[in-house]
Amino acid sequence: MIKGKVFKFGDDIDTDIIVPATYLSTFDPKELAKHCMEYTNPEFYGEVKQGDVIVAGKNFGCGSSREHAPIAIKGCGVSIVIAKSFARIFYRNALNIGLYILECPDAVDGINAGDTVEVNVDTGVITNVTTGKSWQAAPFPKFIQNIIECGGLINAIKENKFN
Amino acid sequence: MKATMTQQILAKKLGIQATDPALKAGNLVLIEADTALSNDVTAPVAIDVFNKSGCALCDAKKVTFVLDHFTPNRDIQSAKQCKIVRDFAREKGVDNFFDVGTMGIEHALLPEKGIAKPWDVIIGADSHTCTYGALGAFSTGVGSTDIAGIMMSGKIWLKVPSAIRFNLTGKPSPSISGKDVILYIIGKIGVDGALYKSIEFAGEGVKYMTADDRFTICNMAIECGAKNGVFPIDEITDAYTKESCGKTFARFETPDADAYEQTIDIELSSIRPVIAKPHLPSNTQFADELKEDIKIDQVVIGSCTNGRISDLEQAAKVLEGRHVDKNVRTIIIPATNKIYLEALEKGYISTFIKGGAIVSTPTCGPCLGGHMGILASGEVAVTTTNRNFIGRMGAKDSYIYLASPATAMASAIAGKITCADKLED
Repeated sequence: MIKGKVFKFGDDIDTDIIVPATYLSTFDPKELAKHCMEYTNPEFYGEVKQGDVIVAGKNFGCGSSREHAPIAIKGCGVSIVIAKSFARIFYRNALNIGLYILECPDAVDGINAGDTVEVNVDTGVITNVTTGKSWQAAPFPKFIQNIIECGGLINAIKENKFN
Repeated sequence: MKATMTQQILAKKLGIQATDPALKAGNLVLIEADTALSNDVTAPVAIDVFNKSGCALCDAKKVTFVLDHFTPNRDIQSAKQCKIVRDFAREKGVDNFFDVGTMGIEHALLPEKGIAKPWDVIIGADSHTCTYGALGAFSTGVGSTDIAGIMMSGKIWLKVPSAIRFNLTGKPSPSISGKDVILYIIGKIGVDGALYKSIEFAGEGVKYMTADDRFTICNMAIECGAKNGVFPIDEITDAYTKESCGKTFARFETPDADAYEQTIDIELSSIRPVIAKPHLPSNTQFADELKEDIKIDQVVIGSCTNGRISDLEQAAKVLEGRHVDKNVRTIIIPATNKIYLEALEKGYISTFIKGGAIVSTPTCGPCLGGHMGILASGEVAVTTTNRNFIGRMGAKDSYIYLASPATAMASAIAGKITCADKLED
Protein backbone atom coordinates (compact mmCIF):
# COMPACT_ATOMS: atom_id res chain seq x y z
CA MET A 1 0.00 0.00 0.00
CA ILE A 2 1.24 3.45 -0.96
CA LYS A 3 0.41 6.45 1.24
CA GLY A 4 1.72 9.98 0.94
CA LYS A 5 1.16 13.71 0.71
CA VAL A 6 0.17 15.12 -2.68
CA PHE A 7 2.18 17.52 -4.82
CA LYS A 8 -0.03 18.69 -7.66
CA PHE A 9 1.02 19.72 -11.19
CA GLY A 10 -0.86 20.80 -14.31
CA ASP A 11 -1.03 19.55 -17.91
CA ASP A 12 1.89 18.86 -20.27
CA ILE A 13 4.65 18.72 -17.65
CA ASP A 14 7.59 18.06 -19.97
CA THR A 15 10.87 16.28 -19.37
CA ASP A 16 12.75 19.59 -19.28
CA ILE A 17 10.58 20.72 -16.37
CA ILE A 18 11.05 17.38 -14.60
CA VAL A 19 14.83 17.58 -14.93
CA PRO A 20 16.49 20.37 -16.97
CA ALA A 21 18.81 19.15 -19.74
CA THR A 22 21.83 20.82 -18.21
CA TYR A 23 21.89 18.16 -15.45
CA LEU A 24 21.80 15.14 -17.75
CA SER A 25 25.48 14.30 -17.42
CA THR A 26 24.70 11.95 -14.53
CA PHE A 27 22.42 8.93 -14.04
CA ASP A 28 22.68 9.13 -10.21
CA PRO A 29 19.10 9.25 -8.84
CA LYS A 30 20.09 11.28 -5.78
CA GLU A 31 21.92 13.88 -7.85
CA LEU A 32 19.11 14.16 -10.44
CA ALA A 33 16.54 14.40 -7.64
CA LYS A 34 18.09 17.67 -6.42
CA HIS A 35 17.07 19.31 -9.70
CA CYS A 36 13.62 17.77 -10.06
CA MET A 37 11.08 20.49 -11.04
CA GLU A 38 13.83 23.01 -10.18
CA TYR A 39 12.87 25.69 -12.74
CA THR A 40 9.12 25.76 -12.05
CA ASN A 41 8.83 24.57 -8.45
CA PRO A 42 12.21 25.23 -6.77
CA GLU A 43 10.78 24.37 -3.33
CA PHE A 44 9.72 20.85 -4.45
CA TYR A 45 12.94 19.00 -3.64
CA GLY A 46 13.15 20.49 -0.15
CA GLU A 47 9.54 19.65 0.73
CA VAL A 48 8.96 16.23 -0.84
CA LYS A 49 9.33 13.27 1.52
CA GLN A 50 9.82 9.56 0.96
CA GLY A 51 6.53 8.02 -0.16
CA ASP A 52 4.87 11.24 -1.34
CA VAL A 53 2.65 11.35 -4.41
CA ILE A 54 2.64 13.46 -7.57
CA VAL A 55 -0.78 14.16 -9.10
CA ALA A 56 -0.80 15.80 -12.54
CA GLY A 57 -2.91 16.61 -15.58
CA LYS A 58 -2.70 15.22 -19.08
CA ASN A 59 0.37 14.29 -21.13
CA PHE A 60 2.74 14.09 -18.15
CA GLY A 61 6.36 13.52 -19.24
CA CYS A 62 6.06 14.77 -22.79
CA GLY A 63 9.20 15.83 -24.65
CA SER A 64 12.45 13.92 -24.82
CA SER A 65 12.97 10.18 -24.40
CA ARG A 66 15.38 10.69 -21.52
CA GLU A 67 15.11 8.08 -18.77
CA HIS A 68 16.57 10.69 -16.42
CA ALA A 69 13.09 12.18 -15.90
CA PRO A 70 11.43 9.24 -14.08
CA ILE A 71 14.77 8.49 -12.36
CA ALA A 72 14.79 12.03 -10.90
CA ILE A 73 11.21 11.66 -9.64
CA LYS A 74 11.92 8.28 -8.11
CA GLY A 75 15.14 9.69 -6.64
CA CYS A 76 13.05 12.27 -4.73
CA GLY A 77 11.29 9.43 -2.95
CA VAL A 78 8.02 9.87 -4.85
CA SER A 79 6.09 6.59 -4.62
CA ILE A 80 3.68 7.08 -7.50
CA VAL A 81 2.62 9.56 -10.18
CA ILE A 82 -1.13 9.72 -10.82
CA ALA A 83 -2.00 11.65 -13.99
CA LYS A 84 -4.84 12.10 -16.48
CA SER A 85 -2.49 10.66 -19.12
CA PHE A 86 1.21 10.11 -19.77
CA ALA A 87 3.34 10.70 -22.85
CA ARG A 88 4.05 7.32 -24.47
CA ILE A 89 7.82 7.16 -23.95
CA PHE A 90 7.66 8.49 -20.38
CA TYR A 91 5.08 5.79 -19.63
CA ARG A 92 7.50 3.06 -20.82
CA ASN A 93 10.54 4.63 -19.17
CA ALA A 94 8.80 5.11 -15.79
CA LEU A 95 7.76 1.46 -15.55
CA ASN A 96 11.10 0.23 -16.90
CA ILE A 97 13.04 2.08 -14.18
CA GLY A 98 10.58 1.00 -11.49
CA LEU A 99 8.40 4.03 -10.82
CA TYR A 100 4.67 3.40 -10.22
CA ILE A 101 2.32 5.43 -12.40
CA LEU A 102 -1.46 5.32 -12.77
CA GLU A 103 -3.85 6.97 -15.21
CA CYS A 104 -7.06 8.17 -13.56
CA PRO A 105 -8.55 11.49 -14.79
CA ASP A 106 -11.37 11.57 -12.20
CA ALA A 107 -8.99 11.06 -9.30
CA VAL A 108 -6.80 13.91 -10.56
CA ASP A 109 -9.81 16.25 -10.49
CA GLY A 110 -10.76 15.12 -6.98
CA ILE A 111 -7.36 15.48 -5.34
CA ASN A 112 -5.79 18.75 -4.18
CA ALA A 113 -2.24 19.69 -3.28
CA GLY A 114 -1.51 18.77 0.33
CA ASP A 115 -4.18 16.02 0.53
CA THR A 116 -3.12 12.60 1.72
CA VAL A 117 -3.66 9.83 -0.79
CA GLU A 118 -3.59 6.07 -0.44
CA VAL A 119 -3.14 3.73 -3.40
CA ASN A 120 -3.63 -0.03 -3.44
CA VAL A 121 -1.46 -1.09 -6.38
CA ASP A 122 -2.94 -4.58 -6.47
CA THR A 123 -6.52 -3.38 -6.97
CA GLY A 124 -5.92 0.07 -8.54
CA VAL A 125 -8.08 1.78 -5.89
CA ILE A 126 -7.01 5.37 -5.15
CA THR A 127 -8.36 6.89 -1.94
CA ASN A 128 -8.19 10.53 -0.93
CA VAL A 129 -7.76 10.05 2.81
CA THR A 130 -8.34 13.77 3.41
CA THR A 131 -11.80 13.81 1.79
CA GLY A 132 -12.72 10.13 2.00
CA LYS A 133 -13.44 9.83 -1.74
CA SER A 134 -12.08 6.97 -3.79
CA TRP A 135 -11.63 5.99 -7.44
CA GLN A 136 -10.88 2.85 -9.39
CA ALA A 137 -7.92 2.96 -11.82
CA ALA A 138 -6.96 0.01 -14.01
CA PRO A 139 -4.48 -1.97 -11.90
CA PHE A 140 -1.22 -3.19 -13.40
CA PRO A 141 -0.81 -6.86 -14.27
CA LYS A 142 1.56 -8.88 -12.08
CA PHE A 143 4.51 -8.68 -14.50
CA ILE A 144 4.48 -4.88 -14.35
CA GLN A 145 4.18 -4.93 -10.55
CA ASN A 146 7.17 -7.29 -10.52
CA ILE A 147 9.19 -4.82 -12.62
CA ILE A 148 8.47 -2.03 -10.14
CA GLU A 149 9.06 -4.15 -7.05
CA CYS A 150 12.42 -5.33 -8.43
CA GLY A 151 13.43 -1.72 -9.11
CA GLY A 152 13.14 -1.87 -12.89
CA LEU A 153 12.98 -4.05 -15.99
CA ILE A 154 16.59 -5.22 -16.00
CA ASN A 155 16.48 -6.29 -12.34
CA ALA A 156 13.18 -8.08 -12.84
CA ILE A 157 14.62 -10.11 -15.71
CA LYS A 158 17.76 -10.86 -13.69
CA GLU A 159 15.60 -12.12 -10.83
CA ASN A 160 13.56 -14.18 -13.28
CA LYS A 161 10.36 -12.27 -12.47
CA PHE A 162 9.57 -10.92 -15.93
CA ASN A 163 7.01 -13.53 -16.81
CA MET B 1 -16.62 -8.41 -33.16
CA LYS B 2 -13.57 -9.12 -35.30
CA ALA B 3 -10.52 -7.49 -33.77
CA THR B 4 -8.09 -5.01 -35.34
CA MET B 5 -5.16 -6.35 -37.36
CA THR B 6 -2.81 -5.32 -34.54
CA GLN B 7 -4.86 -7.31 -32.01
CA GLN B 8 -4.86 -10.31 -34.37
CA ILE B 9 -1.05 -10.27 -34.59
CA LEU B 10 -0.64 -9.95 -30.81
CA ALA B 11 -3.24 -12.70 -30.27
CA LYS B 12 -1.43 -15.15 -32.53
CA LYS B 13 1.81 -14.51 -30.68
CA LEU B 14 0.11 -14.94 -27.28
CA GLY B 15 -1.81 -18.03 -28.42
CA ILE B 16 -5.20 -16.55 -27.51
CA GLN B 17 -8.28 -15.31 -29.40
CA ALA B 18 -7.99 -11.78 -30.81
CA THR B 19 -11.22 -10.93 -28.99
CA ASP B 20 -9.82 -12.12 -25.63
CA PRO B 21 -10.37 -9.45 -22.94
CA ALA B 22 -6.60 -9.50 -22.33
CA LEU B 23 -6.21 -7.72 -25.68
CA LYS B 24 -8.65 -4.93 -24.97
CA ALA B 25 -7.16 -1.58 -25.99
CA GLY B 26 -5.26 -0.05 -23.08
CA ASN B 27 -4.35 -3.38 -21.46
CA LEU B 28 -0.74 -4.37 -20.90
CA VAL B 29 0.57 -7.63 -22.31
CA LEU B 30 3.87 -9.44 -22.01
CA ILE B 31 4.83 -10.85 -25.38
CA GLU B 32 7.56 -12.74 -27.20
CA ALA B 33 9.38 -10.54 -29.75
CA ASP B 34 10.59 -12.06 -33.03
CA THR B 35 13.21 -9.39 -33.63
CA ALA B 36 14.96 -6.78 -31.49
CA LEU B 37 16.52 -4.24 -33.83
CA SER B 38 19.03 -1.56 -32.98
CA ASN B 39 21.53 0.58 -34.88
CA ASP B 40 24.89 2.27 -34.37
CA VAL B 41 23.28 5.00 -32.24
CA THR B 42 21.05 2.86 -30.02
CA ALA B 43 22.78 -0.56 -29.95
CA PRO B 44 25.84 0.56 -27.90
CA VAL B 45 23.51 1.76 -25.11
CA ALA B 46 21.56 -1.53 -25.17
CA ILE B 47 24.80 -3.53 -25.20
CA ASP B 48 26.09 -1.57 -22.20
CA VAL B 49 22.90 -2.25 -20.19
CA PHE B 50 22.99 -5.90 -21.29
CA ASN B 51 26.66 -6.36 -20.33
CA LYS B 52 26.16 -4.77 -16.90
CA SER B 53 23.25 -7.14 -16.20
CA GLY B 54 25.55 -10.16 -16.37
CA CYS B 55 22.78 -12.12 -18.13
CA ALA B 56 23.26 -14.47 -21.08
CA LEU B 57 21.93 -13.60 -24.51
CA CYS B 58 18.47 -15.12 -24.71
CA ASP B 59 18.54 -15.97 -28.43
CA ALA B 60 21.07 -14.55 -30.89
CA LYS B 61 18.58 -15.15 -33.72
CA LYS B 62 16.23 -12.53 -32.28
CA VAL B 63 18.88 -9.83 -32.37
CA THR B 64 19.50 -7.66 -35.43
CA PHE B 65 22.08 -4.89 -35.60
CA VAL B 66 22.33 -2.52 -38.56
CA LEU B 67 25.10 0.07 -38.67
CA ASP B 68 23.40 2.71 -40.78
CA HIS B 69 23.22 6.12 -39.09
CA PHE B 70 26.79 7.44 -39.18
CA THR B 71 28.29 4.94 -41.62
CA PRO B 72 30.67 4.72 -43.37
CA ASN B 73 31.92 6.29 -40.15
CA ARG B 74 31.96 10.06 -40.21
CA ASP B 75 34.33 10.54 -37.25
CA ILE B 76 36.24 8.75 -34.50
CA GLN B 77 33.29 8.76 -32.09
CA SER B 78 30.99 7.04 -34.58
CA ALA B 79 33.74 4.56 -35.47
CA LYS B 80 33.98 3.66 -31.76
CA GLN B 81 30.22 3.17 -31.50
CA CYS B 82 30.25 0.84 -34.50
CA LYS B 83 33.18 -1.11 -33.10
CA ILE B 84 31.28 -1.78 -29.86
CA VAL B 85 28.44 -3.32 -31.86
CA ARG B 86 30.74 -5.20 -34.27
CA ASP B 87 32.78 -6.76 -31.42
CA PHE B 88 29.63 -7.73 -29.52
CA ALA B 89 28.01 -9.29 -32.60
CA ARG B 90 31.12 -11.39 -33.33
CA GLU B 91 31.54 -12.47 -29.71
CA LYS B 92 27.90 -13.48 -29.29
CA GLY B 93 27.43 -15.00 -32.73
CA VAL B 94 24.77 -12.55 -33.92
CA ASP B 95 24.25 -13.50 -37.59
CA ASN B 96 21.91 -10.63 -38.39
CA PHE B 97 24.67 -8.08 -38.09
CA PHE B 98 24.92 -5.74 -41.04
CA ASP B 99 28.05 -3.66 -41.51
CA VAL B 100 29.40 -1.64 -44.44
CA GLY B 101 29.21 -3.97 -47.44
CA THR B 102 26.07 -5.83 -46.34
CA MET B 103 24.23 -3.02 -44.60
CA GLY B 104 21.46 -0.83 -45.89
CA ILE B 105 19.13 1.60 -44.17
CA GLU B 106 17.61 -0.66 -41.51
CA HIS B 107 13.93 -0.25 -42.39
CA ALA B 108 14.57 -0.99 -46.06
CA LEU B 109 17.00 -3.82 -45.29
CA LEU B 110 14.96 -5.93 -42.84
CA PRO B 111 12.01 -6.56 -45.20
CA GLU B 112 14.38 -7.17 -48.13
CA LYS B 113 16.33 -9.80 -46.15
CA GLY B 114 13.13 -11.52 -45.03
CA ILE B 115 13.87 -10.62 -41.39
CA ALA B 116 10.69 -8.53 -41.18
CA LYS B 117 7.67 -10.49 -42.36
CA PRO B 118 3.90 -10.76 -41.90
CA TRP B 119 2.58 -11.62 -38.40
CA ASP B 120 5.96 -10.84 -36.78
CA VAL B 121 6.39 -8.76 -33.62
CA ILE B 122 9.37 -6.52 -34.32
CA ILE B 123 10.67 -4.12 -31.70
CA GLY B 124 13.32 -1.56 -32.61
CA ALA B 125 15.31 1.12 -30.86
CA ASP B 126 14.48 3.49 -33.68
CA SER B 127 11.28 5.47 -34.04
CA HIS B 128 10.74 4.42 -37.68
CA THR B 129 10.56 0.74 -36.76
CA CYS B 130 6.83 1.09 -37.47
CA THR B 131 7.69 0.58 -41.19
CA TYR B 132 7.13 -3.20 -41.17
CA GLY B 133 3.37 -2.90 -40.71
CA ALA B 134 3.43 -2.52 -44.50
CA LEU B 135 3.83 -6.32 -44.66
CA GLY B 136 1.29 -7.02 -41.92
CA ALA B 137 3.73 -7.16 -38.99
CA PHE B 138 3.37 -5.45 -35.62
CA SER B 139 6.38 -3.21 -35.23
CA THR B 140 7.13 -0.22 -33.05
CA GLY B 141 9.98 1.90 -31.72
CA VAL B 142 11.16 1.81 -28.08
CA GLY B 143 14.22 2.80 -26.03
CA SER B 144 17.53 0.99 -25.64
CA THR B 145 16.61 -0.47 -22.21
CA ASP B 146 13.71 -2.33 -23.82
CA ILE B 147 16.09 -3.77 -26.43
CA ALA B 148 18.45 -4.90 -23.65
CA GLY B 149 15.39 -6.47 -22.00
CA ILE B 150 14.59 -8.50 -25.13
CA MET B 151 18.24 -9.53 -25.47
CA MET B 152 18.01 -10.90 -21.92
CA SER B 153 14.48 -12.34 -21.87
CA GLY B 154 13.20 -12.51 -25.46
CA LYS B 155 10.16 -10.56 -24.30
CA ILE B 156 8.69 -7.06 -24.24
CA TRP B 157 5.70 -5.55 -22.46
CA LEU B 158 3.27 -3.58 -24.61
CA LYS B 159 0.14 -1.55 -24.14
CA VAL B 160 -2.50 -2.78 -26.59
CA PRO B 161 -3.24 0.24 -28.79
CA SER B 162 -6.68 1.45 -29.78
CA ALA B 163 -6.89 1.99 -33.52
CA ILE B 164 -7.92 4.40 -36.24
CA ARG B 165 -8.96 2.90 -39.58
CA PHE B 166 -8.14 4.74 -42.78
CA ASN B 167 -10.58 3.61 -45.43
CA LEU B 168 -8.86 4.21 -48.78
CA THR B 169 -11.33 4.78 -51.62
CA GLY B 170 -10.93 5.67 -55.30
CA LYS B 171 -7.89 5.38 -57.53
CA PRO B 172 -4.89 7.70 -57.20
CA SER B 173 -3.54 9.55 -60.22
CA PRO B 174 -0.30 8.01 -61.62
CA SER B 175 1.78 10.91 -60.29
CA ILE B 176 0.76 10.15 -56.69
CA SER B 177 2.92 7.97 -54.46
CA GLY B 178 2.65 6.60 -50.94
CA LYS B 179 4.51 9.69 -49.69
CA ASP B 180 1.75 11.99 -50.93
CA VAL B 181 -0.86 9.79 -49.26
CA ILE B 182 0.83 9.72 -45.84
CA LEU B 183 1.70 13.44 -45.89
CA TYR B 184 -1.94 14.14 -46.78
CA ILE B 185 -3.09 11.99 -43.83
CA ILE B 186 -0.64 13.61 -41.38
CA GLY B 187 -1.78 17.04 -42.57
CA LYS B 188 -5.35 15.99 -41.90
CA ILE B 189 -4.97 14.55 -38.39
CA GLY B 190 -1.87 16.38 -37.08
CA VAL B 191 1.41 15.23 -35.55
CA ASP B 192 -0.40 13.89 -32.47
CA GLY B 193 -3.55 12.75 -34.28
CA ALA B 194 -2.92 9.08 -33.57
CA LEU B 195 -0.95 9.29 -30.32
CA TYR B 196 -0.49 5.83 -28.68
CA LYS B 197 -2.72 4.33 -31.37
CA SER B 198 -2.46 1.97 -34.27
CA ILE B 199 -3.32 3.26 -37.74
CA GLU B 200 -4.73 0.55 -39.96
CA PHE B 201 -5.47 0.69 -43.68
CA ALA B 202 -8.48 -0.79 -45.43
CA GLY B 203 -10.73 -0.28 -48.43
CA GLU B 204 -10.64 -0.72 -52.19
CA GLY B 205 -7.82 1.80 -52.55
CA VAL B 206 -5.37 -0.48 -50.71
CA LYS B 207 -4.76 -2.42 -53.93
CA TYR B 208 -3.34 0.70 -55.60
CA MET B 209 -0.69 0.99 -52.91
CA THR B 210 2.43 -0.96 -53.95
CA ALA B 211 4.66 -2.63 -51.37
CA ASP B 212 7.00 0.38 -51.55
CA ASP B 213 4.08 2.80 -51.10
CA ARG B 214 3.01 0.82 -48.04
CA PHE B 215 6.52 0.94 -46.54
CA THR B 216 6.56 4.72 -46.95
CA ILE B 217 3.10 5.09 -45.40
CA CYS B 218 3.77 2.86 -42.38
CA ASN B 219 7.25 4.40 -41.95
CA MET B 220 5.67 7.78 -41.27
CA ALA B 221 2.95 6.46 -38.93
CA ILE B 222 5.12 7.77 -36.07
CA GLU B 223 4.91 11.28 -37.56
CA CYS B 224 1.23 11.42 -36.56
CA GLY B 225 2.13 9.96 -33.17
CA ALA B 226 1.04 6.40 -33.95
CA LYS B 227 2.54 3.39 -32.22
CA ASN B 228 2.30 1.35 -35.41
CA GLY B 229 0.69 1.22 -38.85
CA VAL B 230 -0.68 -1.91 -40.54
CA PHE B 231 -1.76 -2.91 -44.05
CA PRO B 232 -3.76 -6.05 -44.81
CA ILE B 233 -1.86 -9.08 -46.12
CA ASP B 234 -2.85 -9.52 -49.79
CA GLU B 235 -1.50 -10.44 -53.26
CA ILE B 236 0.88 -7.47 -53.13
CA THR B 237 2.28 -8.77 -49.83
CA ASP B 238 2.50 -12.28 -51.32
CA ALA B 239 4.54 -11.07 -54.28
CA TYR B 240 6.94 -9.30 -51.93
CA THR B 241 7.39 -12.15 -49.43
CA LYS B 242 7.80 -14.78 -52.17
CA GLU B 243 10.95 -12.92 -53.10
CA SER B 244 12.12 -12.00 -49.59
CA CYS B 245 11.39 -15.26 -47.75
CA GLY B 246 10.22 -17.69 -50.40
CA LYS B 247 6.66 -18.06 -49.13
CA THR B 248 3.29 -16.44 -48.56
CA PHE B 249 1.41 -15.87 -45.33
CA ALA B 250 -2.11 -16.30 -43.91
CA ARG B 251 -4.51 -13.36 -44.28
CA PHE B 252 -6.02 -11.30 -41.47
CA GLU B 253 -9.72 -11.62 -40.81
CA THR B 254 -11.32 -8.38 -41.97
CA PRO B 255 -11.85 -6.37 -38.77
CA ASP B 256 -15.34 -5.09 -37.97
CA ALA B 257 -15.86 -1.34 -38.10
CA ASP B 258 -16.62 -1.27 -34.39
CA ALA B 259 -13.19 -2.71 -33.57
CA TYR B 260 -11.96 0.81 -34.36
CA GLU B 261 -12.18 3.97 -32.32
CA GLN B 262 -12.68 5.94 -35.52
CA THR B 263 -12.78 5.47 -39.30
CA ILE B 264 -11.49 8.19 -41.62
CA ASP B 265 -12.23 8.03 -45.36
CA ILE B 266 -9.41 9.01 -47.71
CA GLU B 267 -10.42 9.51 -51.34
CA LEU B 268 -7.20 8.75 -53.21
CA SER B 269 -8.30 10.45 -56.44
CA SER B 270 -8.52 13.79 -54.61
CA ILE B 271 -4.84 13.75 -53.61
CA ARG B 272 -2.34 15.84 -55.58
CA PRO B 273 1.43 16.02 -54.91
CA VAL B 274 1.82 17.12 -51.28
CA ILE B 275 4.66 18.96 -49.56
CA ALA B 276 5.15 19.46 -45.82
CA LYS B 277 6.53 22.91 -45.11
CA PRO B 278 8.91 23.78 -42.24
CA HIS B 279 8.87 22.82 -39.39
CA LEU B 280 6.33 20.01 -38.98
CA PRO B 281 5.32 17.04 -41.14
CA SER B 282 1.69 18.11 -40.59
CA ASN B 283 2.27 21.54 -42.14
CA THR B 284 1.14 20.32 -45.54
CA GLN B 285 -0.07 21.87 -48.76
CA PHE B 286 -0.62 20.64 -52.33
CA ALA B 287 2.57 21.61 -54.18
CA ASP B 288 0.59 23.22 -57.01
CA GLU B 289 -1.06 25.60 -54.53
CA LEU B 290 2.18 27.28 -53.47
CA LYS B 291 1.72 31.00 -54.01
CA GLU B 292 5.36 32.05 -54.14
CA ASP B 293 8.56 30.77 -55.75
CA ILE B 294 10.67 29.01 -53.13
CA LYS B 295 14.25 28.71 -54.33
CA ILE B 296 16.13 25.69 -53.07
CA ASP B 297 19.76 24.75 -52.38
CA GLN B 298 19.63 21.00 -51.92
CA VAL B 299 17.54 17.94 -52.72
CA VAL B 300 17.89 14.59 -50.97
CA ILE B 301 16.22 11.49 -52.36
CA GLY B 302 16.67 8.52 -50.05
CA SER B 303 16.15 7.47 -46.38
CA CYS B 304 14.09 4.73 -44.72
CA THR B 305 11.06 6.59 -46.02
CA ASN B 306 11.88 6.87 -49.73
CA GLY B 307 15.13 5.17 -50.71
CA ARG B 308 13.57 2.11 -52.37
CA ILE B 309 13.73 1.07 -56.01
CA SER B 310 10.37 2.53 -57.04
CA ASP B 311 11.36 5.82 -55.38
CA LEU B 312 14.54 5.93 -57.47
CA GLU B 313 12.53 4.92 -60.54
CA GLN B 314 10.11 7.83 -60.07
CA ALA B 315 12.97 10.27 -59.61
CA ALA B 316 14.87 8.90 -62.64
CA LYS B 317 11.78 9.12 -64.84
CA VAL B 318 11.37 12.80 -63.96
CA LEU B 319 15.06 13.51 -64.58
CA GLU B 320 15.43 11.47 -67.81
CA GLY B 321 16.62 13.80 -70.60
CA ARG B 322 16.87 16.77 -68.22
CA HIS B 323 19.48 18.26 -65.87
CA VAL B 324 19.18 19.47 -62.28
CA ASP B 325 19.51 23.23 -61.71
CA LYS B 326 23.15 24.30 -61.35
CA ASN B 327 22.39 25.80 -57.91
CA VAL B 328 20.84 22.64 -56.47
CA ARG B 329 23.02 19.97 -54.88
CA THR B 330 21.11 16.77 -55.61
CA ILE B 331 21.99 13.78 -53.45
CA ILE B 332 20.56 10.34 -54.22
CA ILE B 333 20.90 7.64 -51.57
CA PRO B 334 19.76 4.11 -52.50
CA ALA B 335 18.62 2.55 -49.22
CA THR B 336 20.37 -0.81 -49.69
CA ASN B 337 23.04 -2.35 -51.89
CA LYS B 338 20.41 -4.52 -53.62
CA ILE B 339 18.45 -1.40 -54.51
CA TYR B 340 21.66 0.31 -55.63
CA LEU B 341 22.53 -2.57 -57.93
CA GLU B 342 19.03 -2.76 -59.37
CA ALA B 343 19.08 0.99 -60.02
CA LEU B 344 22.43 0.55 -61.75
CA GLU B 345 21.15 -2.27 -63.94
CA LYS B 346 18.00 -0.34 -64.86
CA GLY B 347 20.05 2.70 -65.86
CA TYR B 348 18.74 5.02 -63.14
CA ILE B 349 22.21 5.66 -61.69
CA SER B 350 23.44 6.71 -65.11
CA THR B 351 20.43 9.04 -65.47
CA PHE B 352 21.19 10.60 -62.08
CA ILE B 353 24.88 11.17 -62.76
CA LYS B 354 24.36 12.48 -66.31
CA GLY B 355 21.62 14.72 -64.93
CA GLY B 356 23.96 16.38 -62.42
CA ALA B 357 23.09 14.47 -59.24
CA ILE B 358 25.43 12.44 -57.03
CA VAL B 359 24.78 8.92 -55.79
CA SER B 360 25.86 7.91 -52.28
CA THR B 361 26.43 4.61 -50.49
CA PRO B 362 23.43 3.58 -48.32
CA THR B 363 23.30 5.66 -45.11
CA CYS B 364 20.77 7.56 -42.98
CA GLY B 365 23.31 10.42 -43.26
CA PRO B 366 21.64 13.74 -44.03
CA CYS B 367 18.11 12.79 -42.89
CA LEU B 368 19.06 13.32 -39.25
CA GLY B 369 21.77 15.91 -39.90
CA GLY B 370 24.45 13.24 -39.48
CA HIS B 371 26.66 13.66 -42.53
CA MET B 372 26.59 13.54 -46.35
CA GLY B 373 24.63 16.73 -46.92
CA ILE B 374 24.31 19.08 -43.93
CA LEU B 375 22.52 22.40 -44.49
CA ALA B 376 24.05 25.81 -43.69
CA SER B 377 22.16 28.75 -42.16
CA GLY B 378 19.36 30.01 -44.34
CA GLU B 379 19.54 27.10 -46.80
CA VAL B 380 16.44 25.40 -48.14
CA ALA B 381 16.08 21.71 -48.97
CA VAL B 382 13.42 19.56 -50.55
CA THR B 383 13.81 16.03 -49.26
CA THR B 384 12.06 12.69 -49.36
CA THR B 385 12.96 12.03 -45.69
CA ASN B 386 10.51 11.98 -42.79
CA ARG B 387 11.07 14.96 -40.53
CA ASN B 388 11.33 18.68 -41.18
CA PHE B 389 11.84 19.71 -37.56
CA ILE B 390 13.95 22.76 -36.75
CA GLY B 391 17.63 21.92 -37.35
CA ARG B 392 16.94 18.32 -38.37
CA MET B 393 19.31 18.43 -41.37
CA GLY B 394 21.81 20.96 -40.09
CA ALA B 395 21.67 24.64 -39.11
CA LYS B 396 18.73 25.54 -36.88
CA ASP B 397 17.72 28.28 -39.32
CA SER B 398 17.70 26.01 -42.38
CA TYR B 399 14.40 25.03 -43.96
CA ILE B 400 13.19 21.56 -44.91
CA TYR B 401 10.29 20.72 -47.22
CA LEU B 402 9.21 17.07 -47.27
CA ALA B 403 7.97 15.63 -50.55
CA SER B 404 7.74 12.55 -52.77
CA PRO B 405 10.71 11.48 -54.93
CA ALA B 406 8.99 12.81 -58.07
CA THR B 407 8.30 16.21 -56.49
CA ALA B 408 11.81 16.40 -55.02
CA MET B 409 13.43 15.67 -58.39
CA ALA B 410 11.12 18.09 -60.21
CA SER B 411 12.16 20.77 -57.70
CA ALA B 412 15.86 19.95 -58.25
CA ILE B 413 15.38 20.49 -61.99
CA ALA B 414 13.39 23.72 -61.59
CA GLY B 415 15.64 25.13 -58.84
CA LYS B 416 12.51 25.91 -56.87
CA ILE B 417 9.70 23.91 -55.34
CA THR B 418 7.43 22.47 -57.99
CA CYS B 419 5.82 19.16 -58.93
CA ALA B 420 6.58 16.91 -61.90
CA ASP B 421 3.37 17.80 -63.76
CA LYS B 422 4.42 21.46 -63.87
CA LEU B 423 7.88 20.92 -65.38
CA GLU B 424 8.38 22.36 -68.85
CA ASP B 425 9.75 20.01 -71.49
